[in-house]
Amino acid sequence: MKITQKFLATTAIGLLAMSSVVYADSHATHPETGEALASDQTFTYRVGDESPSYDPGVVEDTYGAEVVRDLFEGLYNQDAAGNLEAGVALSHNVSDDNLVYTFDLRDDAKWSNGDPVTAGDFEYAWKRAASPELASPYAWYIELMSLENAAEVIAGDMDPSELGVTAIDDTTLEVRLSQPLPYFAQMVTHGTTFPVHQATVEEHGSDWTLPENIVSNGAYVMTEFVPQERIVRKRNEMYWDNDNTIIETVVKLVIPDENVALTRYLAGELDRTDIPAGQFPRLSEQYPDQAMSVPEACSYYYMFNMREGAPEEIQDPNVRKALSLAVDRDVIVNNVLAAGQKPAYTFTHWATAGFEMPDVPMASMEQAERNEMAVELLEEAGYGSDNPLTVNLVYNTDEGHKAVAIAISQMWKQTLGVETNLSNQEWQTFLEARSNGDFEVARGGWCADYNEASTFLDLMQSGSGYNDSKYNNPEVDALLANAKTADNPQADYDKVEEFIAQDTPIIPIYHYAADYMYSANLEGWPFENFEQNWYSRELYKIAE
Amino acid sequence: MLRDDATVEALQNASHMAEVRGRSLWADARARFFRNKAAVGGFVLLMMIAAFALFGGLLSEWEPDFVDFSLMGANASEGVPSFETGHYFGTDSSGRDLYARVVQGTGISLMVGVVGAVVAVIVGTLYGAIAGYFGGRVDGTMMRAVDILMSIPFMFVLILMLVIFGRSIFMLFLGIGLISWLDMARIARGQTLTIKNKEFVEVAVATGVHPLRIILRHIVPNLLGIVIVYATLLVPNMIIFESFISFLGLGVQEPNTSLGALISEGASQMQYGVLWQLFFPLLFFVFTIFAFFFVGDGLRDALDPKDR
Amino acid sequence: MLSFIARRLTVAIPTLLILVVLSFVLMYTAPGGPFNSERPLPPEVLANIEAKYGLDQPFWKRIAVYIHGVIFNFDFGPSFQFKNRSVNDIIAQGFPITLTYGFWSFVVAVTVGVSLGIAAALRQNTWLDYLAVGISIGAQVLPNFVMAPILLLVFTLWLGWLPGGGWAGGQWQYLVMPVIALSTSYMASIARITRSSMLEVLNTNFIRTAKAKGLPTRRIIWRHAMKPAMLPVLSYLGPAFVGMITGSVIIDIFFSTGGIGQFFVNSAFNRDYSVIMGITILVGALTILFNLIVDLLYAWIDPKIRY
Repeated sequence: MKITQKFLATTAIGLLAMSSVVYADSHATHPETGEALASDQTFTYRVGDESPSYDPGVVEDTYGAEVVRDLFEGLYNQDAAGNLEAGVALSHNVSDDNLVYTFDLRDDAKWSNGDPVTAGDFEYAWKRAASPELASPYAWYIELMSLENAAEVIAGDMDPSELGVTAIDDTTLEVRLSQPLPYFAQMVTHGTTFPVHQATVEEHGSDWTLPENIVSNGAYVMTEFVPQERIVRKRNEMYWDNDNTIIETVVKLVIPDENVALTRYLAGELDRTDIPAGQFPRLSEQYPDQAMSVPEACSYYYMFNMREGAPEEIQDPNVRKALSLAVDRDVIVNNVLAAGQKPAYTFTHWATAGFEMPDVPMASMEQAERNEMAVELLEEAGYGSDNPLTVNLVYNTDEGHKAVAIAISQMWKQTLGVETNLSNQEWQTFLEARSNGDFEVARGGWCADYNEASTFLDLMQSGSGYNDSKYNNPEVDALLANAKTADNPQADYDKVEEFIAQDTPIIPIYHYAADYMYSANLEGWPFENFEQNWYSRELYKIAE
Repeated sequence: MLRDDATVEALQNASHMAEVRGRSLWADARARFFRNKAAVGGFVLLMMIAAFALFGGLLSEWEPDFVDFSLMGANASEGVPSFETGHYFGTDSSGRDLYARVVQGTGISLMVGVVGAVVAVIVGTLYGAIAGYFGGRVDGTMMRAVDILMSIPFMFVLILMLVIFGRSIFMLFLGIGLISWLDMARIARGQTLTIKNKEFVEVAVATGVHPLRIILRHIVPNLLGIVIVYATLLVPNMIIFESFISFLGLGVQEPNTSLGALISEGASQMQYGVLWQLFFPLLFFVFTIFAFFFVGDGLRDALDPKDR
Repeated sequence: MLSFIARRLTVAIPTLLILVVLSFVLMYTAPGGPFNSERPLPPEVLANIEAKYGLDQPFWKRIAVYIHGVIFNFDFGPSFQFKNRSVNDIIAQGFPITLTYGFWSFVVAVTVGVSLGIAAALRQNTWLDYLAVGISIGAQVLPNFVMAPILLLVFTLWLGWLPGGGWAGGQWQYLVMPVIALSTSYMASIARITRSSMLEVLNTNFIRTAKAKGLPTRRIIWRHAMKPAMLPVLSYLGPAFVGMITGSVIIDIFFSTGGIGQFFVNSAFNRDYSVIMGITILVGALTILFNLIVDLLYAWIDPKIRY
């Protein structure tokens, strides 16, 4: 030891050379890119809140789904671009009537305790997720997958064993649907469809997801869980593709305040954190390789209350249109948010797969022209300086929503002379007010369930449970129904968007972007994945 | 949250403060108050802050809710405090004039503090006076109820109430006032016990005056000194309280604002080079509270002439 | 003494019952529910969940079942939001954390506050006095939601001395900032109270007599002045303790310590009825207990008080 020290101290160059040799020895390079890997392969990221559950059958929020995707593996995974990739299943066959799917499972998949992962585990997990006994808030997902008897099982009219899923043998899973579903295979990348280990669940009950009990089949196992503080997950030695996993440890920290999270990121404690509203320009200038913004599959909009008995002023389409025209989306996007969001003149997100932006007249106008037109429309409707219009705007408590609401209320005031009463409501109160129609104008945000325009536009259907405006236009309903079976629904979607622009049941404001800081040595992030589904096993850290 | 039991204690024991109101006592107190430099300083400061809240808006070149869209997102460079632009205190992150907003926030914070204190003092005094005057079983039951209520974590209940009934300034006053009346009730009861044996009360009782009338006409006026002291010390606590509520996002609605809301917004932005957003509201917050503390201490010393 | 304790404890029971009913009623009237979300659940799914948590029962039955569970099984029910955890789990997890940093904040607030107060009183009207008074007033009015981010910027970002948050089983590095942020304003109050009551005691006749007899100052302070001067401080400790539990909301938000403060605010916003109730009852019970302890200490120090 002493000799080594002396040797190192006397030859500084030798020290450098030697340490780099040590480095290269103990740390492999990335198998594909050949980049030198960092010695510490720990990925630490921030979330804003604790998740309700990490049980695949119960998990309901994005943060929880991220953890579940690491801990468990379903039939299929998504690759960096969002395409299907083999998971526990290697392939599948579809029957001619598109109603029966047969999945062929790999035989080398193992649970973290060494047990093999079988088709029976999937069968058990799916029936469990649908059962009234578990009462999962995500039971509806099983129904959305159109599984045979799903609705009856959830309603308690049939025993879970009647659900349309059967393990033919250990490596063959048969799924029966009640109607053809073109994107069924896409749906099995979702956490609700992941397998669970029956013996563990039965032994520990609802405590089975605690680190001391959990048995999982994904690339990681949960080793530490302090609610509202952290979750630590470590490499699962039993995972069939363990050799290709590079990140050793993943730490999820709950940091409620995003400004605090940014401070801790800058102090080097985090590898990924959200960028607080309005800070993207400064951060991307200062840390161009760390501040990233990619399109996120959500639209931000304000909705008008079009129920019967709702305040009369906003039942006039001219008033609604005037209010929509007077919103300067460019200011919202460039000044208020400034993080890669795009101004919205259509409800459907611009980056949605296969969607071409329709030609909405408003989009091609200058803001001055829009303002002029807005003033005219409002005068036509009988409002002006002698008869000023007052609207009530509700939004849920959040700094970002507040900033947008303040800006828009001022746009209305400065352009149209419209007074706005702002009221921010705490989330649960807000949801209640919105679904009961207890508002004039309310904030809304909608995120895609799948990557296709109907996931947005279906909200405009008069019967949709999510149509809080209660917009009711039979022509729109007909167009949307037609789109379901059309070979190319784009023409229908164009017309629906035109109706939205004309009737203005909602004011589309902007299309989301996901903006985060990623530490400079973190690689492999799937920025191309529109749904932002990432897997820790695909990430790695390079040596700096 | 910041109940100061030492003060409560001192006030409960200050028996001579309840002496019959007379010209000389008040004149004495006034003289003593004005000899106390800190108290006078606090008083002057308070008057200045009140004048700022009432008339500061006249000097402002901008409306408190006016958004200058060209300043949005360019705050750190364009929204700096400057006399040229008329934004004496700079702008907030939405591009609004911070001076005008501080004027408004100071006004609302003072109002929340004063109204909250008045609610607490009125409820507490009446409750305490009634309990003390009737004595016996009424007193026992009423004060036991106060004991019970004292053990309820009201901060938690207030958060629940604001969450559940939605926020409004009215709820805020009510909630804050209701939390603070308990101490006042105890003080008022203690004082009433001494007053009720004085001759003028006994005379009133003997001539058959209605008990409620006795309480309102004879007892409450004699509690005035102590009530004023307590109220003055209560106001700053109310303001601190309101700032906590604002931090949780349960305070006043936009575009209205309070010092607490401004401070919490400024604090969240402090690492982004817009320190004035924290500095100015905090300055007024600190001055307001200092002033009330000094005036309150001065009043207590003036009305309670112990040799210190 | 024993009868006093017994009497106080009998009052505690109706107090807690009132608290249970009050919070139960408040939540029952609240808009929204624990299972509302941006996307309303299909009715049959919602029905299953409500049946599981007993929300389909009438009001009186729910409250009866709840109170029965609390009293006979010490069971505060399952959390509605955290699907795999019960309220007992959550409290068992979060409360020791809150208690740990609360305890240290309390110790720091009392020792530093009392020392500062005494020092200021003994050196009245010197620079030390002015400094102590200045610090304590300043510290009292600086809201802890301003203090917390300042600490983070200084110690974590600029100096890099301390981790910016987390708990890590309560290692000291993780405790420093929460304790500073939580204790400062109480330390300041305690310093002010100590100073003024010490001054008052030093002016009383028995201390003057002791001085006249020529006793050494140190002996006068410790043997004679300390006890009576501590009485007002003692009566402040009750509210200070409750304030610290409330203040844990801010500590948990800024330092992600995982204490019950964060759980409380979260469950209030998410209508996690059972967690709100559990924490409210816990804090209520602690308040009662702490007030009792303070009263007993009071009697021990002040021989004039007899219970």
